[in-house]
Amino acid sequence: MKILICIKQVPGTTQVDIDEKTGVLKRSAVAAKMNPYDLFAIETALQIQVNYGAETTALTMGPVYSEAVLREAFSMGIEHGVLLTDRIFGGADCLATSYALSQAVKSLGMPDLLICGKQTTDGDTAQVGAELAELLDIPHATNVLEIVDLSENSMIVKSDLGNFTQTMEINFPCLITVEKDIYEPRLPSYKRKISTKDKPIQILTFADMPDQDKNHYGLSGSPTRVVRIFPPVHEKENEVLQGLPDEIAEILMMKLTRLKMT
Amino acid sequence: MAGIIIHPEKIISYTDLESLCPFGAIEVLPDNTVQINSGCRLCKVCVRKGLEGVFEYREEVISAANKSEWQGITVYGEIGPDKIVHPVAFELLGKARELADKVGFKVSLLLIGNHLSHNFDEFFHYGADAIFLYDHPILEDFIVERYTGILEDYVSKQKPSVILIGGTLLGRSLAPRIAARLKTGLTADCTQLDIQPNSDLDQIRPAFGGNIMAHIRTPYHRPQFATVRYKIFSAMEPDLSRSGNLILCDLPQNLWSRSKQLEIGMKPKIKNIEDLDVLVVAGRGIKKKEDLELLRRLSDRLGGDLACTRPLIEAGWMDARKQIGLSGRTVKPKLLIACGVSGSVQFAAGIKASEMIVSINTDPDAVMNQIANIAVIGDLYSVIPALLEKLG
Ligand SMILES: Cc1cc2nc3c(=O)[nH]c(=O)nc-3n(C[C@H](O)[C@H](O)[C@H](O)COP(=O)(O)OP(=O)(O)OC[C@H]3O[C@@H](n4cnc5c(N)ncnc54)[C@H](O)[C@@H]3O)c2cc1C
Ligand SMILES: Nc1ncnc2c1ncn2[C@@H]1O[C@H](COP(=O)(O)O)[C@@H](O)[C@H]1O
Repeated sequence: MKILICIKQVPGTTQVDIDEKTGVLKRSAVAAKMNPYDLFAIETALQIQVNYGAETTALTMGPVYSEAVLREAFSMGIEHGVLLTDRIFGGADCLATSYALSQAVKSLGMPDLLICGKQTTDGDTAQVGAELAELLDIPHATNVLEIVDLSENSMIVKSDLGNFTQTMEINFPCLITVEKDIYEPRLPSYKRKISTKDKPIQILTFADMPDQDKNHYGLSGSPTRVVRIFPPVHEKENEVLQGLPDEIAEILMMKLTRLKMT
Repeated sequence: MAGIIIHPEKIISYTDLESLCPFGAIEVLPDNTVQINSGCRLCKVCVRKGLEGVFEYREEVISAANKSEWQGITVYGEIGPDKIVHPVAFELLGKARELADKVGFKVSLLLIGNHLSHNFDEFFHYGADAIFLYDHPILEDFIVERYTGILEDYVSKQKPSVILIGGTLLGRSLAPRIAARLKTGLTADCTQLDIQPNSDLDQIRPAFGGNIMAHIRTPYHRPQFATVRYKIFSAMEPDLSRSGNLILCDLPQNLWSRSKQLEIGMKPKIKNIEDLDVLVVAGRGIKKKEDLELLRRLSDRLGGDLACTRPLIEAGWMDARKQIGLSGRTVKPKLLIACGVSGSVQFAAGIKASEMIVSINTDPDAVMNQIANIAVIGDLYSVIPALLEKLG
């Protein structure tokens, strides 16, 4: 079977701050590492490969330097890498991202199974997986906790649905998004890193997309618009307590008593 | 083309041009041509902060929905295997009511399931004007493809302007599927919502994984989808004089699905931190797992429970259902004591509605001090034992 894993490069730090007065971002959000949740997607593919046999390909959409996450996937054991990059994809929201990914999948040929991380740490929407499944017209399961079984035409997965779990049989081709902790992601191997250093990466651009209507990609293909970005406001009244632990405890005690909390 | 347009003739200096973009999307090539790469998020910082005229934001409207054809706000009422309507629906009804009254819209509640026998009047009391009910045996289980088919049918007939869906795990599987089918916008995990007179929904959420909020609109598409986590908004005071219409809807054709449910498993029940009046929160200021005991003594003494920030979940120290924040739970306790918590936006998004927030943090500059009503600058390892002693 063929497995395609969608991975994304995200900023290395979550400490992206915005200057209250100038509105300028103080620390850069330049992409630097693999989205941590996608490591679980890669590990899931590798586990399926070991247990059932599979050919694995990682796909990422982003600037040229996102190639780095494909190299990281190689050093974990993924066999092929595809980079989807074109300036026309810039400014894409979830729908336009999913659309470009769906076109890339169509141009590569539909795999049996697509695996996504449960969410990214920068977009943080957890939407791309299900949107991609819809645009490819295949079934999906989100927040998969466990792969129960896998046969020729379908797989059985257990999903997290909050206070309960749902076990589903789902036909191939399909897409799953996997929970953190479905498997423990392996560390990249140094040996593999060296041996795959020059492994070719397939580049796809707008020219490779079956749909050549530019209006379906990037900003033009995005129904949502960022009107502005701004620092969070803290409007709580606040009082600062400093001093010896005992004095602080005394004051806290008074406050709690007043709140009828003690 | 729509996007950021560069006017190279207006560029005076190339130094610092690249660093203008927080996302590294501005590239100056060796021959001084400047280009925007696909890292661009359209945050427009370059337009606002760059030298006047160098960067221009150009919008191109290809086609726009006729907004007057799209009326009303719909709340999707999630029904679990226990047949209970998830309480986030009441909060969404409250917000929908508030927005609807601003623009003269009606509020509808959409329910999908089998043998639904809820006291429907309750939803009218909480703000709904109408309930649309799809009730059929094949809708017994939540099968996302089928439920998407129902939503598609509903949208094509009722044409709501806005659809609010609870940001539960179930909602977060369904909402993207239907939004993609209708090729419209969906904004995840909104923490504030408002509405423009032209019915554009103002959606505000933390963004880009940092201390940043983004204000998002869906200006040309209808319906506008948004998900909101449980406990972000408040239900309205029930108004017992309110009533409404219950509309039974026919099952659409072709409700196919390529997956089937084999089993539902109930997770062992734990105290839901959403429902408690007192929470003590452990942050990374806790040095080792055993020290959680100290905080647990405090939460026990105050009759509450112990919750935590995400790094403690990642360390495997606590049950994931005890995590507060954007990717955890939203809580509304009367008293929340954050111990060794820095106050990231993702965490803060989950505690906004708390009545009284106390923070104990050694760092006088921690953001948590601004979020808290009472900010104790001190070491939790000495403040908490002292407090426990006073509490007796
Ligand atoms: C997409 C995304 C979603 C996220 N969702 C969530 C979420 O839902 N919930 C969440 O919590 N986080 C979330 N995060 C992570 C978040 O950005 C922060 O990393 C996290 O909240 C920090 O946790 P913390 O405050 O416990 O740790 P830190 O930021 O490390 O803060 C520890 C604090 O403890 C103080 N301290 C140290 N020692 C002591 C002591 N002895 N006494 C008192 N104070 C002490 C320090 O001064 C510091 O302020 C998310 C991140 C991303 C990117
Ligand atoms: N640019 C991208 N390239 C490849 N995969 C992506 C991209 N963006 C999102 N994904 C996939 O979709 C998942 C959810 O992303 P998000 O909706 O941004 O939280 C991620 O874990 C990835 O598996």
